[in-house]
Amino acid sequence: MSVAFSLPDARWRAAEIAFWIATGLVFFVFPSHLVLASQVLITGLFAVSLDLVLGYAGIVSLGHAAMFGTGAYVAGILARNGWGEPLSGLFAAGLAAAAVAFVTSFLALRGEDLTRLMVTLGISLLLYEAANQAGVWTGGVDGLSDMQVRDLFGLFPFDIRGRTAYLYTLAVVFLVFCAARRVVHSPFGLSLRGIRESPRRMAAIGSPVQRRLVVVYTLAGAMAGIAGALLAQTTQFVGLEVLGFSRSADLLIMLVLGGAGWLYGGLVGAALFLVAQSLLSRLNPVYWEFWLGLLIVLVVLLARGGINGALTRVSARLGLARRQA
Amino acid sequence: MLSALPGVLFDGVAYGSLLFLISIGLSVTLGLMNFINLAHGAFAMVGGYACVVATLRYGLPFGVALVVAFAVAAIAGGVLERVLYRRLYGRSPLDQVLFTIGLTFMSIAAATWVFGSGQQPVRLPDTLLGQTRILGVDVGIYRLFLIAIVFALASGLALLVTRTRFGARIRASVDDARTAAGLGIDVERVFSVTFTLGSGLAGLGGALGIDVLGLDPTFPLKYMVYFLLVVVVGGAGTIVGTLCAAMVLGIFDVAGKYYVPWAGAFVIYALMVALLLLFPRGLLRRIR
Repeated sequence: MSVAFSLPDARWRAAEIAFWIATGLVFFVFPSHLVLASQVLITGLFAVSLDLVLGYAGIVSLGHAAMFGTGAYVAGILARNGWGEPLSGLFAAGLAAAAVAFVTSFLALRGEDLTRLMVTLGISLLLYEAANQAGVWTGGVDGLSDMQVRDLFGLFPFDIRGRTAYLYTLAVVFLVFCAARRVVHSPFGLSLRGIRESPRRMAAIGSPVQRRLVVVYTLAGAMAGIAGALLAQTTQFVGLEVLGFSRSADLLIMLVLGGAGWLYGGLVGAALFLVAQSLLSRLNPVYWEFWLGLLIVLVVLLARGGINGALTRVSARLGLARRQA
Repeated sequence: MLSALPGVLFDGVAYGSLLFLISIGLSVTLGLMNFINLAHGAFAMVGGYACVVATLRYGLPFGVALVVAFAVAAIAGGVLERVLYRRLYGRSPLDQVLFTIGLTFMSIAAATWVFGSGQQPVRLPDTLLGQTRILGVDVGIYRLFLIAIVFALASGLALLVTRTRFGARIRASVDDARTAAGLGIDVERVFSVTFTLGSGLAGLGGALGIDVLGLDPTFPLKYMVYFLLVVVVGGAGTIVGTLCAAMVLGIFDVAGKYYVPWAGAFVIYALMVALLLLFPRGLLRRIR
């Protein structure tokens, strides 16, 4: 059997292990920035879930916030109505988001790119309006507050400095990331990449294209829901903007900044984006939006493949230079 | 309930004609180059601000300000097409979406920086204010004026596309750009001109729409969905399809807000998803 037909190498590389150790070290090195660090991890997980859909399966979605928001609201509403146990809340949120993703996948996966874009956008806008109107449940424009999230395992309360929240987030994100990594390195993940490259040929060699896409969309939906639930539980607040268009658009931007089709792209992109945002928007939120727009335009024009693509290109050039020398 | 129907229909048509005016350029460029331009609303916003500056700062009459709005937006569109958009043809939809989202963000930030984040006022000439009675229905004169302008422009565009040599080139390029290029049509130039014209019309729509849609820096994002929807539902590249879709959307949106106000924008989004699923290739393509 030739190498080309074997599965991608699923062994953990040293750089990956170092990456996760570094995220653990953040807890000790930046004890006063744990809230931001949790945000980065949560958004990173959300970006990884979009990466499964976009980077691996090639579905362009402008409405990924639909599942994130569903998860956030489910976790929030549960915690507000007496179900404050965080882990089961997380599970319920993931299930609900997966259900939304499963049902809407039949709408979202029809048609071509532009139709998909519009339908995913439309679904997230529908949910936004629904959440806006169902003020009794969601708090409408004011958002959902007075959630009662109970102590983790009944032992660790969620403190104001976000120490428990960070470790809880890190653990959940790591586990879900491992699941995503497993999926990507499985035969199923390989078939997704094939579908991205050419759905027709995959269908011709007997791959159930539509079913695969539904499965990955649902899976990514569950992950996005878990990310949303993490946000709700750790901040103890759910605002309407969890379903907003800019959440989906920003997410797309992060993923492309980090590099789509590479699981760490989502995490790296989210980290860059949120850290830059927190630094720049302190100067002026309007300028931040301008520079962000400019950055995206430049990335699309000049640096295809995001950070990962740029690094690959630089290393390729270095390698070439070395060989010539 | 029903007695208000003619008024609602009239407002819906006025709203729809604005949507048409702004979206037609998007429709043609999408049909022509398969280019997904989420920043199209920014050109409408440019026209709106040009109109505000022309009337309030320089005291030009409203009619002249409309021409200024058209010209400024057309120039902005033409220059951007030449300098930036051109590089993105043939790239993946994702690249195009990101690029135009980036442009939209920049336009919003720039507008906030120059004009502040508030709603812009517009001073309409006295002759366009007030109401008149047609067939027993009270209608706003300004909206009547809007509908008249848009229908005049739509007929003009239809003539341009069906009766002139340039129109024939557009149609040929939309149908099959490669074959058209093979027959000696300069497709790139056709595209440049239509892009410029489309941006200008969007600017005109933005200026005419200040009174109806409002004008603040978030305009390009707020109405992006509507413009895209008109185009996708109408079927890219058809004038008649775009007109039909704009009217359906305008009427349903106004009627939805009037009859079921608690549902908010729910009506329009639900309609959008339903139409997209029923007519994945646009209203007219399906009929044909």
